[in-house]
Amino acid sequence: MSAAGQGEVLLRVRGLGKSYVQRREFTREKFQVHAFEGIELAVQRGATFAIVGESGAGKSSLARCLALLERPDCGEIWIETKDVTKASRAELFELRRKVQLIFQDATAALNGRFTAAEIIAEPMRIQGLFGAAQRRERAMELMEQVGLPLAGAKKLPREWSGGQRQRLAIARALALEPSVLILDEALANLDLSNQEMILRLLADLQARRGLTYIYISHDLRLVALIADEIAVMHEGRIVEESGAAEFFAQPRNSYARDLIRAMPPLETILRERLQEEPA
Amino acid sequence: MKFLARRTLHAALLLVGVSFFSFALLQWAPGDFLDELRLNPQISKQTVEALRGEYGLNESLPVRYERWLFAAAKGDLGFSLAYKSPVGPLIAVRARNTLVLTGTAMLLAWTLAIPLGIWTAVNRRGWTNRIFGAATSTLLTIPDLLLFLGLLLLAVRTGWFPAGGMFSDATDGATFLSHAKDLLAHLFLPAAGLAIVSLPVLMRHVRSAAIEVLDAPFVRAARGHGIPRWRLLFRYVLPVAANPLISLFGFSIATMLSASLLAEVILSWPGLGPLLLEATLSRDIYVVVATVLLSATFLVVGNLVSDLLLYAADPRIRVE
Repeated sequence: MSAAGQGEVLLRVRGLGKSYVQRREFTREKFQVHAFEGIELAVQRGATFAIVGESGAGKSSLARCLALLERPDCGEIWIETKDVTKASRAELFELRRKVQLIFQDATAALNGRFTAAEIIAEPMRIQGLFGAAQRRERAMELMEQVGLPLAGAKKLPREWSGGQRQRLAIARALALEPSVLILDEALANLDLSNQEMILRLLADLQARRGLTYIYISHDLRLVALIADEIAVMHEGRIVEESGAAEFFAQPRNSYARDLIRAMPPLETILRERLQEEPA
Repeated sequence: MKFLARRTLHAALLLVGVSFFSFALLQWAPGDFLDELRLNPQISKQTVEALRGEYGLNESLPVRYERWLFAAAKGDLGFSLAYKSPVGPLIAVRARNTLVLTGTAMLLAWTLAIPLGIWTAVNRRGWTNRIFGAATSTLLTIPDLLLFLGLLLLAVRTGWFPAGGMFSDATDGATFLSHAKDLLAHLFLPAAGLAIVSLPVLMRHVRSAAIEVLDAPFVRAARGHGIPRWRLLFRYVLPVAANPLISLFGFSIATMLSASLLAEVILSWPGLGPLLLEATLSRDIYVVVATVLLSATFLVVGNLVSDLLLYAADPRIRVE
């Protein structure tokens, strides 16, 4: 949705794979579940890169690895000039400022005992940035930027609405001035009008801060609204990757075509309904 | 404040109910305190009947209950037929002893359960976790009775611990310190036994409460910010996991009290347990009712305390 194509690759993923060991219920026999394998991605700075696919395709596992919450089994994740899979503990601690994850369920993603101001200040405090007074000031600025009333600085998450909670989560993520925001189904729990408002906020922030988004979703409608580049994940692999216009015009992969076909435009739906019920 | 008033009213009603049922059950059970006297050929039937009248055992249940209730409201819990003394002072000493024992055991159990439970929650996968899983399952399957008998055997065989009682006989003129030491020596086995009985349950609850928090997205978010482990534990896991644990605290008082009755009887701790057993067997009705009532009071007060703690610990409850 913004000026991509400046050419600089901010995040590059090479041959990334992750599997989980599980045990069968009764036999206790171990077996491996491949979350994803052989993932190759190149995300350009300032672009919105969408990863779509059905649930269970491995999108969220990939998001956790990209957000440095889990270590992949193999492959490389390059952020700018650093391979994070080979980073030391101290380097990893620094790198966390660059990538922040926004969750689907904002209510669960916020500590219910902290006030809004504390929630936003917490990442800065963890990272040892600024003094207490300055952190509070910055928290206020961020609240303003994401469109939260400053009067609510002392409110607990439960006193905010669903859309406001997601704004709060975004403000918290911005507190560390990241280059990449990973939005893992971040709009899925919101109603349509809230989705639209948050989308507008994201576009605004991207324009102002030059943020890069990795937008993970199963909802092609929202993807169509914001993505510059789209990758389709199916059973742990990326089966198609192309620019948004190209993707919607002529998807190459059959699974991608199915996805698009599963999303008829509103006019088509209405036309069919009206034909069903003769007036 | 309104909350407190409502809870106190509930508690009072509950205690009246408990007293009535213990009263009624004792009445409906066959036999009474004087049955044994009746078997004694040296005591005439007339004497027994006279005693029955004197003790008021002839009157109907509602009359006796009503009389007891009004007396109890004034603080008079009745008269022990076996001890020939008022129930109040008799039971007060025993209650103090039980509180010393269960209080120590509670302290011991919780101070072990919290760190162990959290530790096993953090190191969820691995051999330490399996060892703790096996240990808690084993402890859960051992009957309390067997455990206490085992401890008794330990005390008798090794002589490391005094086998029963609360103080050694010759403690007159001893200093406060040696007195306390003596108490601790006697306290150790029953308190350890009670702590062992409740530890696996508490540990499992602490563990699952901590795991639930550790898996929550807001903890994941904090990890994404690079939160250090100690801060995660003290600012996130403990405060959030505290809620179910505070409620559990109220319940654990009940478990502790009922286990304590058994432990006191077997390890001869002069608390409410042996008194209740004796009194029930001899149908010393007022002692039984007062003991049951007192246990119920401990329970109710414990739950009230845990509710207040919950209120103090959780800002979200205060918001409502």
